[in-house]
Amino acid sequence: MPHSYPALSAEQKKELSDIALRIVAPGKGILAADESVGSMAKRLSQIGVENTEENRRLYRQVLFSADDRIKKCIGGVIFFHETLYQKDDNGVPFVRTIQDKGIVVGIKVDKGVVPLAGTDGETTTQGLDGLSERCAQYKKDGANFAKWRCVLKISERTPSALAILENANVLARYASICQQNGIVPIVEPEILPDGDHDLKRCQYVTEKVLAAVYKALSDHHVYLEGTLLKPNMVTPGHACPIKYSPEEIAMATVTALRRTVPPAVPGVTFLSGGQSEEEASLNLNAINRCPLPRPWALTFSYGRALQASALNAWRGQQDNAGAATEEFIKRAEVNGLAAQGKYEGSGEDGGAAAQSLYIANHAY
Amino acid sequence: MAPRFPALTSEQKKELSEIAQRIVTNGKGILAADESVGTMGNRLQRIKVENTEENRRQFREILFTVDNSINQSIGGVILFHETLYQKDGQGKLFRNILKEKGIVVGIKLDKGSAPLAGTNKETTIQGLDGLSERCAQYKKDGADFGKWRAVLRIDNQCPSNLAIQENANTLARYASICQQNGLVPIVEPEVLPDGDHDLEHCQYVTEKVLAAVYKALNDHHVYLEGTLLKPNMVTAGHACTKKYTPEQVAMATVTALHRTVPAAVPGICFLSGGMSEEDATLNLNAINLCPLPKPWKLSFSYGRALQASALAAWGGKAANKKATQEAFMKRALANCQAAKGQYVHTGSSGAASTQSLFTACYTY
Repeated sequence: MPHSYPALSAEQKKELSDIALRIVAPGKGILAADESVGSMAKRLSQIGVENTEENRRLYRQVLFSADDRIKKCIGGVIFFHETLYQKDDNGVPFVRTIQDKGIVVGIKVDKGVVPLAGTDGETTTQGLDGLSERCAQYKKDGANFAKWRCVLKISERTPSALAILENANVLARYASICQQNGIVPIVEPEILPDGDHDLKRCQYVTEKVLAAVYKALSDHHVYLEGTLLKPNMVTPGHACPIKYSPEEIAMATVTALRRTVPPAVPGVTFLSGGQSEEEASLNLNAINRCPLPRPWALTFSYGRALQASALNAWRGQQDNAGAATEEFIKRAEVNGLAAQGKYEGSGEDGGAAAQSLYIANHAY
Repeated sequence: MAPRFPALTSEQKKELSEIAQRIVTNGKGILAADESVGTMGNRLQRIKVENTEENRRQFREILFTVDNSINQSIGGVILFHETLYQKDGQGKLFRNILKEKGIVVGIKLDKGSAPLAGTNKETTIQGLDGLSERCAQYKKDGADFGKWRAVLRIDNQCPSNLAIQENANTLARYASICQQNGLVPIVEPEVLPDGDHDLEHCQYVTEKVLAAVYKALNDHHVYLEGTLLKPNMVTAGHACTKKYTPEQVAMATVTALHRTVPAAVPGICFLSGGMSEEDATLNLNAINLCPLPKPWKLSFSYGRALQASALAAWGGKAANKKATQEAFMKRALANCQAAKGQYVHTGSSGAASTQSLFTACYTY
């Protein structure tokens, strides 16, 4: 083995690790507001709103105009490229509004999934070309972390060895490039909940996928203390007839992570993957009450599970903006409690909160 | 990915995980008394004792018949094949003496090194042939854990990718076979201290090696909660001119483990690798005081660093039995305290305890 060629200086490492710790500080998680234009189309069509740049701007404004109450429960916000350069009605850039609340700004940098030929409908994710230059620019423009989503699915013969290897590798390349540019990479190897497999099967697959991811990160000399992981929780497939409690989901999830995620990783920020708002909070809470030792922060990086009620309250009407923002703050605070295992449950199910947000084969 | 085929039942998993925890609970560690005939030869020659089966038996008898309170600091003893079937002066089997003290009995399973052609004098380890049958027999004969030592070295072009992959793979095969037979595998990927490399280089190599080991264990479906790790501490090469403090050794060691060893592994029992008795204890203590999160027990599996003083006190004479046992007990207690971060260096060390136990290119 040749001598190591350090990928990062001590100062670079410190900067990355400080950013990561700020995002997952106790009681804080991430708002994933990085829906692509296509994904936003689906969300807006559900509430009868036209998918224009202005409507997308108005909607994000609803979220970002939340008051200081979110400072204690939101550590980071993931932006889509378009949103990073948008402003509110007073001409204040969204980036500045978020930064002024002491929240770290992040940017989605992948360019979507592409098929892997010779597989059963599996994909990898593109976006590596020119990524270093893009990261450098995003860093100048206020971003301190990034996110890249890979997608795997469970079926009779998937995920295949190729899909696991290829997605792990591409995640590791992305992570390495981010760190060279002072950006903390959020590593997201999502295993979709589509299918009728049981909890055990999802746990097994999750362990295999995460082991491959961390081997690839090691091979690519990625500094783990300056990364975050955004995995699926371990859950049964959406069409599985067996129902499991939050405690069973928590146990399966934490067990899988304990077997694969090195303690050096400062935080695990779960995706909500189509769970309802309330489910996502209850599961996160159970995870944080799980009796197994957990050396990383276990928190949220939720899109739909933070925004469903807000979207529904807004319905494109400016008059509803205040009420919509309140819905968002409410979910943010609930998840901030869940990230500490302190959420007592809502008792009453709001209409949007309990409604399953599952969309088959979700692609952003 | 084909549906999984569980390697172990829940009962098998429970048994393995309970054995592992018993070995490292409450500051306990392991006495590595599994020196092969040849290695015992080296030890005995130093104290001018002839290397006969009877002499080897006598020395082990003195160690194993020490007062029962030894079970507060020693959770497991690794035996060589010969020793598993030896008896004390009254005809009582050593393994029963140990078990009655509540100490778990382990057995060395590897069959020494074999060269890897096309490398710079690197090796792999043999011993997989018929290993399952041997494990089954050893389990019947009272063993509950196994040990297998793989060796890597730092040098020009070393460790090579082949050496890392090959040793990681054989360790994983060994571990899988052990578990099938109810034995907890101690996984030992030793990176030798030979050489003039500095602390940072050892850390880099140790991280690469451990990442490969845990990927291989995952690939081979090894149940991590039912294993123990026996790594080298991260130290500078023995010929390195720069000197490091125990705190520096501790920080480098825990950082490397932190980045590679999943929290599911219940315990990490360091090898002493030629460190003096006192250094081995001081370093272990510093490791347990290291401020980084440490989700596994950090303990010892020492051979030379537990027995050097005892050997010197014995000198081959039965009359020295009490002095021998006292010397051994003293090191055992010291290391138990160190495993809890409570060791207080007394300052008065016998000549044997500070004497470096380094033997170039150590093979058992």
